[in-house]
Amino acid sequence: MSTALVTDLTIFVLALLVGIEVIGKVPATLHTPLMSAANSIHGIVLVGALLIGLTAHNAVGYILAFVAAFFAAANVVGGYVVTGRMLKMFRRKAAPAPVKAAPAPQPAEAAGAAEQRESVRS
Amino acid sequence: MSTFTNSIQLVYVLAAACFVVGLHLMNSPATARRGNQVSTAGMVIAVVATLVLLIHEGTVTAVGWTVLIVGALLGSAVGLWSARTVQMTAMPQLVSMFNAVGGGAAALVAIYGYIHDESAPGGVLGSTTVFTVLDVLIGSVTFTGSLIAAGKLQGLITGSPVMIKGGRVINLALIVVALGSAAFMLTTASLPALLLVVLASLAFGVLMVLPIGGADMPVVISLLNAFTGTAVAMAGFVIQNWALIIAGALVGASGGILTKLMADAMNRSLANIMLGGFGTGDTAVAAVVAGDAQIRSIAADDAAIQLAYASKVIIVPGYGLAAAQAQHGVAELAALLESRGIEVSYAIHPVAGRMPGHMNVLLAEANVPYPQLKEMDEINPEFPRADVALVIGANDVTNPAARRPGSAISGMPILDVDQAQSIIVVKRSMGTGYAGIDNELYTNPKTSMYFADAKKAVAEMTAAVKTLVG
Repeated sequence: MSTALVTDLTIFVLALLVGIEVIGKVPATLHTPLMSAANSIHGIVLVGALLIGLTAHNAVGYILAFVAAFFAAANVVGGYVVTGRMLKMFRRKAAPAPVKAAPAPQPAEAAGAAEQRESVRS
Repeated sequence: MSTFTNSIQLVYVLAAACFVVGLHLMNSPATARRGNQVSTAGMVIAVVATLVLLIHEGTVTAVGWTVLIVGALLGSAVGLWSARTVQMTAMPQLVSMFNAVGGGAAALVAIYGYIHDESAPGGVLGSTTVFTVLDVLIGSVTFTGSLIAAGKLQGLITGSPVMIKGGRVINLALIVVALGSAAFMLTTASLPALLLVVLASLAFGVLMVLPIGGADMPVVISLLNAFTGTAVAMAGFVIQNWALIIAGALVGASGGILTKLMADAMNRSLANIMLGGFGTGDTAVAAVVAGDAQIRSIAADDAAIQLAYASKVIIVPGYGLAAAQAQHGVAELAALLESRGIEVSYAIHPVAGRMPGHMNVLLAEANVPYPQLKEMDEINPEFPRADVALVIGANDVTNPAARRPGSAISGMPILDVDQAQSIIVVKRSMGTGYAGIDNELYTNPKTSMYFADAKKAVAEMTAAVKTLVG
């Protein structure tokens, strides 16, 4: 067993313990954003995808690099943006409802639905 | 290792530290946004360091740069688009999709590493083989498993458990094939054997998730999140990169903890969920309807009177509320009651919604301030003081039968809704929840049933309260 491997395993085990310690304290309120945040963190695999480029010199390498970079980038960017979007909604006090134009009066058959929509927005 | 690669490795450690601090800041809603920013900064640092390394090494070909850049930009565009447009109710599907691509990318990294090492003069190290196989196995299972889970949640694949004839036997055969190929690879480096592992794992992922019912998907997604993290950490071992190892381990740990919390809150063991079959309806057969039980139904006007003259109202939202997209309507009703000086809070069961903490996100989206969202242990002592408990689309988590032994949900932690002074239950029908048993709460003399779709019911009650108090 090489020294590098032992180092890697040590880091892995310690990181697992840190993860358990840090995440154990997150309140249930934030579990969905937390999962989404963890989700974006595993997008770090983008680094691995980019590193393929170092030695990729044939079609197979290029294809693998392309797909891996595509997947990982979608993971990273999407993960962080959606987590940010969710967290932005958590407010201590109710913010004034966003002002939106009430829908135009609907024909009779759609009145019920329109009423509901309006009540949601008002 | 040269000084240069050492410094890059240190930058990766810095990035990893950002991830840990970022996750730590998610301990409270007040600091969570900053946490996400710190974590994002860590990711940017890691990616920039990698680009510097690529330029410094100078071995990336023009085609190489093109595929990496085009691939990453296209991926970013897709990620950005889906993150901006996704409905909050569809959050679990999106998380599942990100799990799929993350796991897929991790598997691809290891596959490439293996191809590269196999043709290199030194051959493949035994330890690299072990980590490659683990990465490819977990990554591929996550890839197809997450796609199926997302499909089930989106309704593209039936939510009910799909039992394949001889599924267990096929699964066993797939495991034997994967492990056999892996064992062979330890003696002889072989790319075809690795591809066999990939194919077996991809098939296994499909067969693993198909038999699991839609109601259990939150736990499955949480588990697959942990899988993805672990796969990424394994990829880190393969390419000897600390950033991947640390970040992967963090995610693996978080996914593991959330999975356990979720399973505990549903009173089920993970093994029980993974073996599937729950929620098929066969458990419902055992539930005999108590024929003589009295059920009182209520109309909007009476419900409005109860609500408008209460001094403390606790709203208990459940999956039915999310399914009917009624969260905005509920928030409006709550705001109306609050404007009359009524104390309103929300009792959130850990499994309300479709993933852990999902209900909180849905209510936050509807502008409900987070201090009003109370967790189960915090709100339970408050029920006896509540004049009205308004249950909207929640079922099993309010069933007092859980306190007694002998029922399907015995021992499951529940909200003590039955201790409120009066209870209004909004529900479409007397149908059972996914545990398939009758809810004793509904036959409680204090309970009135309001039979309607959650969105419609809430709108009617709001209108009635408005008319009442003019």
